[in-house]
Amino acid sequence: FYLTPPQVNSILKANEYSFKVPEFDGKNVSSVLGFDSNQLPANAPIEDRRSAATCLQTRGMLLGVFDGHAGCACAQAVSERLFYYIAVSLLPHETLLEIENAVESGRALLPILQWHKHPNDYFSKEASKLYFNSLRTYWQELIDLNSGETTDVKEALINAFKRLDNDISLEAQVGDPNSFLNYLVLRVAFSGATACVAHVDGVDLHIANTGDSRAMLGVQEEDGSWSAVNLSYDHNAQNEREVKRVKMEHPKSEEKSLVKQDRLLGLLMPFRAFGDVKFKWSIELQKRVVESGPDQLNDNEYTKFIPPNYHTPPYLTAEPEVIYHKLRPQDKFLVLATDGLWETMHRQDVARIVGEYLTGVHHQQPIAVGGYKVTLGQMHGLLTERRARISSVFEDQNAATHLIRHAVGNNEFGTVDHERLSKMLSLPEELARMYRDDITIIVVQFNSHVIGACQNEE
Amino acid sequence: AARMFLRLLSDVRWQAANPKWRRSTCSRRSTSSTAEPHSIPLPAQAQVVICGGGIMGTSVAYHLSKMGWKDIVLLEQGRLAAGTTRFCAGIVSTARHVSIELKMADYSNKLYQQLEQETGVNTGYVKTGSISLAQTQDRLISLKRIASSLSVMGIPCEIITPKQVAKLHPLINIHDLVGAMYVPEDALVSSANVSLALATAASRNGVQIHERTSVSHVSIQKGCVAGVETDRGQIQCQYFVNCAGQWAYELGHSGEEPVNIPLHACEHFYLLTHPLKEPLASNLPTVVDPDGRIYIRNWQGGILSGGFEKNPKPLFTEGRNQLEIQHLQEDWDHFEPLLSALLRRMPGLEALQIMQLVNCPESFTPDMRCIMGESPTVRGYFVLAGMNSAGISYGGGAGKYLAEWMVNGYPSENVWPLDLKRFGSLQSSRTFLRHRVMEVMPLMCDLKVPRWDFQTGRQLRTSPLYDRLDAQGARWMEKHGFERVKYFVPPGKDLLDLDQSKTFYKPDWFDIVGSEVKCCKEAVCVIDMSSFTKFEISSTGDQALESLQYLFSNDLDVPVGHVVHTGMLNEKGGYENDCSIARLSKRSFFMISPTDQQVHCWAWLKNRLPDDSNLTMEDVTWKYTALNLIGPRAVDVLSELSYAPITPDHFPSLFCKEMSVGYANGIRVMSITHTGEPGFMLYIPIEYALHVYNEVMNMGQKYGIRNAGYYALRSLRIEKFFAFWGQDLDAFTTPMECGREFQVKLEKGMQFVGQEALMEQKQNGVYKRFTMFILEDHDTDMDLWPWWGEPIFRNGRYVGKTTSSAYSYTLERHVCLGFVHHFDEKTGEELVVTTDFINQGEYEIDIAGQRFQAKAKLYPFSSLFTQRRRKDEVELSGYQRE
Repeated sequence: FYLTPPQVNSILKANEYSFKVPEFDGKNVSSVLGFDSNQLPANAPIEDRRSAATCLQTRGMLLGVFDGHAGCACAQAVSERLFYYIAVSLLPHETLLEIENAVESGRALLPILQWHKHPNDYFSKEASKLYFNSLRTYWQELIDLNSGETTDVKEALINAFKRLDNDISLEAQVGDPNSFLNYLVLRVAFSGATACVAHVDGVDLHIANTGDSRAMLGVQEEDGSWSAVNLSYDHNAQNEREVKRVKMEHPKSEEKSLVKQDRLLGLLMPFRAFGDVKFKWSIELQKRVVESGPDQLNDNEYTKFIPPNYHTPPYLTAEPEVIYHKLRPQDKFLVLATDGLWETMHRQDVARIVGEYLTGVHHQQPIAVGGYKVTLGQMHGLLTERRARISSVFEDQNAATHLIRHAVGNNEFGTVDHERLSKMLSLPEELARMYRDDITIIVVQFNSHVIGACQNEE
Repeated sequence: AARMFLRLLSDVRWQAANPKWRRSTCSRRSTSSTAEPHSIPLPAQAQVVICGGGIMGTSVAYHLSKMGWKDIVLLEQGRLAAGTTRFCAGIVSTARHVSIELKMADYSNKLYQQLEQETGVNTGYVKTGSISLAQTQDRLISLKRIASSLSVMGIPCEIITPKQVAKLHPLINIHDLVGAMYVPEDALVSSANVSLALATAASRNGVQIHERTSVSHVSIQKGCVAGVETDRGQIQCQYFVNCAGQWAYELGHSGEEPVNIPLHACEHFYLLTHPLKEPLASNLPTVVDPDGRIYIRNWQGGILSGGFEKNPKPLFTEGRNQLEIQHLQEDWDHFEPLLSALLRRMPGLEALQIMQLVNCPESFTPDMRCIMGESPTVRGYFVLAGMNSAGISYGGGAGKYLAEWMVNGYPSENVWPLDLKRFGSLQSSRTFLRHRVMEVMPLMCDLKVPRWDFQTGRQLRTSPLYDRLDAQGARWMEKHGFERVKYFVPPGKDLLDLDQSKTFYKPDWFDIVGSEVKCCKEAVCVIDMSSFTKFEISSTGDQALESLQYLFSNDLDVPVGHVVHTGMLNEKGGYENDCSIARLSKRSFFMISPTDQQVHCWAWLKNRLPDDSNLTMEDVTWKYTALNLIGPRAVDVLSELSYAPITPDHFPSLFCKEMSVGYANGIRVMSITHTGEPGFMLYIPIEYALHVYNEVMNMGQKYGIRNAGYYALRSLRIEKFFAFWGQDLDAFTTPMECGREFQVKLEKGMQFVGQEALMEQKQNGVYKRFTMFILEDHDTDMDLWPWWGEPIFRNGRYVGKTTSSAYSYTLERHVCLGFVHHFDEKTGEELVVTTDFINQGEYEIDIAGQRFQAKAKLYPFSSLFTQRRRKDEVELSGYQRE
């Protein structure tokens, strides 16, 4: 079975999305030029999600990738809801009041976010009322708390993550009279999702990460070469600090059972996640909710199963680790991607491939004839070859697609092998997951002129 | 490598050529290590200061000094011929589309040919001839059109077959060719040396040349040039000539009063090779392959080949001045398509060794034509720049015309297509120029088809109705930055893509325009004509009337409310402008002229109106939206909207009244349509434009009103034999020559500009006559369409060229307008053209080499008018513009 190049392209490009920050008056005043995103499913249906939105009541742009496990329900919910929680956490007191008053008096609400969505990125209509009520409770509490201080982005991110996870947990405990919704909130709570979110505002870049997705900065060195800077730490067994943290939070007696076969309690790969109440609730609570829940939940072996050595919950948190980075002109782009990418590619290669893609032909070393003896024919051959290399880059109009092409199709020499690409993409559904994971990528391109100008102003 | 290259191109030791030569230091040259200081100081004053020592500056100096002006200083910031001129490929080619460009190139060729003999400087002139190749039939048509123009000018040229091409040039692959044009007298020169030769001759004639002297700005007093500030001091002068090439824009903006010179540089690449094993002969023809976007000439036994790529690289947008053009980077990847085209054309060159890829910026202008003439804002400030990479071809002729302009007050040919005053400040935005030149440079090689519109730099000036019209299917063209409707595509109908719609034959909009014309004839149409230039001239006393009576040929002392069509003539009686003037009150006049007259007409009047604070002139172009209601039912629409009687008794032809239309009051309504059809022009204060338009469209519904565009207007005016300034009329055409004697009042009781010349013409007769031609055996569907510039033959002999053409939907024939001359059969001397001469001839129009029979007429068809017309059909044989 063999896919033609156009077939390969149609698979790779099915979910690609690009957004360019609109120019005002011929100038883009944002530090973000735009972003490309894409995802390639391995699971059916895909369990990864992605989100991107511009904050309308505060400055900045939010971008995030979410890797679901045990189903996609939790990742879906987080992708719909998290940015609202973050945006609300960032809002000044007056705006919160204004919004609350508008809701109270039934007036039109100030728009909080402008979403940049691929048509396949859906929002659940049924749950929107439920989600809205939870969000409203959150801002009402923020209004009551009115600390009077200006909102710190880092703190806002942490609060939003924790609050959303808390709401997910609460909604599942309380349930809903509508049976569809009742089942939905339970599925959300019993599945899990990691999140890696970027907030960009001028030169201020914050990365909030929970789990094993990763944020990486592409930096162009003075000689034109590319290097990668990690802006997140994976929360898994490979991260010694995470292992230490988990061990600190539980009695010494559990030390051996806490992390087995590089998994939390021998079961879960990420050490932090949304949902996954099986690692957060007490055994009693789990039993009570499952028993009173709908039959589908009761019949599900996974939900009924209590992790072994489960003594001192919670074992899992959604609290993110936030890293701040001040953007410099040499910081050209940011890659947010789920572990599906990082399993197959080293970050250094990611930086190079995206960097060369974004700058295109211009950073191929220019040719100079100098004193060499070159004939027209030789030069022509050389140029045609160079152009062919470029045209493979320009086959993709989307940096994320280009990266996926490499991630899936790279041979041992680091170039895309069409045959391999064709094989990997034509795997039957049930086999696909064994060879590769869902891959979700967002590539954010920065505006070096604006960043440079901001720097000079300071 | 750069230095070696320079030596190869200019092997003449020009610095020793003349003792009068005021050379200053030249430390860069390895040959003159003894750097002498500026030994000769700048003069304190001069009549003329020329800035720029390239081909343009030296040519102007050469011609000025030849015409007897001696007190001239030429300043060059680096060394002579060290800018674009040094890197110029040195091809002198006469194959040009625009007639004035063709004349310049022809003159240049003749000048260069004898320059070595005149000056003793080796110019490297070799008559090689040139071959322009056609890969497609359309390209061949384009070449045939040029060939027709060249032939009637007496420049030898022929259309040849691919086999003949192979005979003329051994290396050319002819397999993909359909034909070619061979111009045997085209030549090659060393451009730097031509420039040095011109400088040498000028210097002998007394011109002072100072190198390493840069002009910082021009000082101006009372709107006139007063002097020049340089890094070596000041020179007082009366005339300044900006020949600063790609720095001309910046220099124009450096003074207190900006002079807008809209040009922008693009990188330009060409390749130099080592000699072939069997070195190429130096008289091998130059090859131009426009479909491959390249040119190839022989060079030192090898070749020099460059081209005009599709994706040009503009540079110096922010204006980065530097002393001389440094070697910019070679960009082989960028050159790849041109190299491919070269190897496709001459596969035998594969093994040829590369010497260098040269990157030399060229400056380009917004309309691909060069910039020449006097600044509209500063008197005595002349400009010659923006050669669109044809500097060496134009250099001689352009310098000559500019010198004539300065010395005589006007050049010997109509140079309006090149006049600086065709541009205003609106074309001077750097963003606009950057975007536009990226379109212009590839256009050098693109097929030039009729009715081409630029795609970049659009939607700059628009009528308030733009969005409304656009939503109704309007297709747009642009004039002087103003968006104007060509025609309206009816809903559900699709036209071809821009690229596919290029044709020399019947265009895809033929039926659309036909139905618009029909509606103008039978019902009523609205055309938004807001782009017209509109001035108001008023005074406290009689100054306005007196001045205008002097400046215009018709009698303007008419009752208030009358509209007068009149020419604004020069001393020779030629049209500087053609306009309609309404007398609003005893002391104020409203003047309407063609769109592209905004700068020229303003400058002309400003310079001639008395300096009197009681006399004011205001440009009110932007204040009014103009709607043209054309058609027999226009009167019904208007009378319903205004509740005013608009019968011919109340509102005769050529009348102007302020009235209300709908709710809007103060609409200036004139009973003219610029087409000879019945109807009205509505001049509407812009804030009322949408209201009036909506009212007109609503009310017009029951009369079958529809939108129409300029193509319909054009067809209407041409079939009525209306001449249009800028297309048919120019500064070398008098009212007598185009049948408009009735617009001249020789006896109006006072003198006016051009009166004497007209009197003389009236007595002695005219030497050319504006004539209308109806094509007889022309098949609209199958044959090539006429455009303009087609040669006219009378009894088989060339008598002139067409100036415009259109399909007449009424006659169902093509109509061409043009001028007929009478050349003596033996001597070629121009004789008086009489009515009999016109009427007693068999005519043919040459379209791309194919001749069509034509019937000549001096008066429009009266049978065309189904309407009963008033006796004074003044407007009818009157005037029109687009």
